[in-house]
Amino acid sequence: MEQDGTKGGEAQNRYANGLAAGRLTGVEYADNFADLHPPLSTHEAFVEAERCYFCHEPPCQKACPTGIDIAMFIRQIAAGNSLGAAETIFSANVLGGMCARVCPTETLCEEACVREAAEGKPVKIGLLQRHATDAMMGAGKQPFERAPSTGRRIAVVGAGPAGLACAHKLAELGHEVILFEAKDRLGGLNEYGIAAYKTVDGFAQKEVEFVLSIGGIKVETGRKLGTNLELSELRRDYDAVFLGIGLAGVNKLRLAGEESLKGVSDAVEFIAELRQATDLSRLPVGRKVVVIGGGMTAIDAAVQSKRLGADEVTIVYRRGEAEMKASGYERELARNDGVLIRHFAAPKTLEGEAGRVTGVVFERVAPGNGALASTGESFRLEADMVLSAIGQIFISDGFGNAQGLDIAGGRIAIDEERRTSVPGIWAGGDCVAGGQDLTVTAVEDGKQAALSMHRALAGSERVANSE
Amino acid sequence: MADLRTNFAGILSPNPFWLASAPPTDKAYNIKRAFEAGWGGVVWKTLGEDGPPVVNVSGPRYGAIHGPDRRVIGFNNIELITDRPLDVNLREIKQVKRDWPDRAVVVSLMVPCEEAAWKKILKPVEETGCDGIELNFGCPHGMSERGMGSAVGQVPEYIEMVVRWCKQNTRMPVIVKLTPNITDIRYPARAAKRGGADAVSLINTITSIMQVDLDRMTPAPHVDGKGTHGGFCGPAVKPIALNMVAQIARDPETRGLPISGIGGITTWRDAAEFIALGSGTVQVCTAAMTYGFRIVTEMISGLTDWMDQAGHATLADFEGRATRNFTEWEHLNLNYVAKAVIDQDLCIKCGRCFSACEDTSHQAIAATVNGERKFVVKDEECVGCNLCVLVCPVENCITLEHRTQGIDPRTGVPYAQPPLDWTKHPNNPMAKQAAE
Repeated sequence: MEQDGTKGGEAQNRYANGLAAGRLTGVEYADNFADLHPPLSTHEAFVEAERCYFCHEPPCQKACPTGIDIAMFIRQIAAGNSLGAAETIFSANVLGGMCARVCPTETLCEEACVREAAEGKPVKIGLLQRHATDAMMGAGKQPFERAPSTGRRIAVVGAGPAGLACAHKLAELGHEVILFEAKDRLGGLNEYGIAAYKTVDGFAQKEVEFVLSIGGIKVETGRKLGTNLELSELRRDYDAVFLGIGLAGVNKLRLAGEESLKGVSDAVEFIAELRQATDLSRLPVGRKVVVIGGGMTAIDAAVQSKRLGADEVTIVYRRGEAEMKASGYERELARNDGVLIRHFAAPKTLEGEAGRVTGVVFERVAPGNGALASTGESFRLEADMVLSAIGQIFISDGFGNAQGLDIAGGRIAIDEERRTSVPGIWAGGDCVAGGQDLTVTAVEDGKQAALSMHRALAGSERVANSE
Repeated sequence: MADLRTNFAGILSPNPFWLASAPPTDKAYNIKRAFEAGWGGVVWKTLGEDGPPVVNVSGPRYGAIHGPDRRVIGFNNIELITDRPLDVNLREIKQVKRDWPDRAVVVSLMVPCEEAAWKKILKPVEETGCDGIELNFGCPHGMSERGMGSAVGQVPEYIEMVVRWCKQNTRMPVIVKLTPNITDIRYPARAAKRGGADAVSLINTITSIMQVDLDRMTPAPHVDGKGTHGGFCGPAVKPIALNMVAQIARDPETRGLPISGIGGITTWRDAAEFIALGSGTVQVCTAAMTYGFRIVTEMISGLTDWMDQAGHATLADFEGRATRNFTEWEHLNLNYVAKAVIDQDLCIKCGRCFSACEDTSHQAIAATVNGERKFVVKDEECVGCNLCVLVCPVENCITLEHRTQGIDPRTGVPYAQPPLDWTKHPNNPMAKQAAE
């Protein structure tokens, strides 16, 4: 009996080989991509907030890259003032709503929580932050007012977390901001990169609207640096420039067939496509998926493949568990979803048949901290979908070194104030050197850069042309 | 196994746990269920004189304050005495006592402050076969506006007078329920004793406003936009009640007068504390109204188990035992030195002790040691005030340690000193010279 897999009954393509859409029923898609951590009810939030000890110089706040006064906002929630709590959060981190959803809290604030030390059960700071920020955003309020106009115009390039945070802070301080974005939608990885079940119901766009609602930020999409946007012109036309352009490129496997075999693709693209999909049942996924890499992207790609209905999903990472950039929590999430994680194996050959990928041959490497030495042993995994997630890279074609921007470790070099080597240009987020590639650190970069710009502009006639 | 039986002013009950005169003891239906659950006795909700029934509000009559997770920590009410017809109550009391002869059935009474009114109600109440009466001189709302309840309890002469009328007109034991809404609880207790009371029970509720509705700008809960003060009770009032019970227990004029302790009793331990300070029985209301009658099972087992462990065979073994150590401030040993000690293995480094001590006490805790987050008591500043112990969220992490050896770095005086209280302290101009 044939049935439409998306409209109740059994999914028709559940065990289809190769790339196929409609592997699940509509109910399964909805369940699999529902909110990973449903919000706390009001009562749950009160109970959880009461668990906070309101510590002296709270370790959680110190652990937060944006320095949110966590103890204070939790106390405000406990006192029934969720809007005040939200203002406390947003004043330190205007993307506190997204950070509440995607921060690896278990390695930041919640790891530092004294209740983690005491009983292994930290206060659920992330969920409380979500409770407060949801309250403010749900009420459609913008807690900040713009300072009187400074008459300054600042270009912010890239509307990811760093650019949005920078633009908001600049607007608040009274500057006029032009926000340039290459893609159609603002949000950066919040919109195109984060796993769908972490930010449901179009939250990324709601957050963008929230940020922009302060006013004074003019948005121009479809503007890509080095293509239809020139850094030299920005320097000429604006009082200051912020670059929050992220990582436009990905590392390649450098194996034959990577570009030509059907079923081999890069995980970043796969995730972006999933995030933009309006109907998950039309999104093809393999039956046997192999994800190569050991970071958050690898986990997100693997878990989402599984949740799209892939039968077997294996992550293969060339180093050990301890070296994986994906957090313990993320790894556990993947394993609970039935993803197998294999270590100390490097991809050697992509196998294909009739233009489609059929398997990957891996080479066993010897465990160790130094260079990865082959053991001479190899194994093969069947695969009809191979996702490569071995790192994103900064691409500065057309504007980087040519403009005199110093590069360190393949990314833009900045100082503590997020100033680049070029006067009048600040940078932050994933595109700068020495970062942690987290939403929350990008927000901090944007905020600090805005404050630095504000200080610089207050003390000079015109920064961009100051030399 | 410990024997929980009590003989309270001649009233026998299988255990000291009575339900106080209040909504839970309003009618036979509830009381039957309470006895089935194991309660040792009840004080039937206050009966008034025969006549048109009492009228209660039909809006909210209860209010509460909540702790975390909506735990009820304080409660108040504006309910009046029973609003059921007198004859119905009397009939039910008689039946209940007949059905449960081993349980204490005491009847609470409140009639106008006239001898005839009291005389009139005592006879039919006595005829029910109940074990005793409790005079409601405590109710602070509604009835007090009509010259009854706490309006009587606040005037020792009235208490004495009414008790005397009752003793002259009934053979039943008379318990006087006292209001805490006075300055010194010993005066009404003494008056009760002078009048011939067989026992006192306390505390009744404390006048209170629970909350203010900031939208309506009215006390909350409100009845059609207006609020009135209620009577406050529940766990939050226990310390006030304990003090009042102990004051009466150790007052030379009332010492030995049986006391039924009331005020926030929720667990066996609360009950044991009231008994240790001189209560012969305890009465419970808020805990039952919050959790239902079944809580008495915990109370009975907890008290029994503790008595077994502590070696008390009967309640009399420890009744009033803590009273002897309850004294005036001037008799506290001023040479006793204790200092806080933080157990570093238990410390979770929240630093609440530091915030509290640094901001509001004696600056006697360091927050860093060699640049590390570590909380350590500075003996040279610590006065042993106990604040850090109380604010620490970890049980037994911070303790007060009695110092007996060495020199107190705060005062430069050796710890070991003979006891010295204020009455003999050299700084006291009124110091009594020690007898030579």
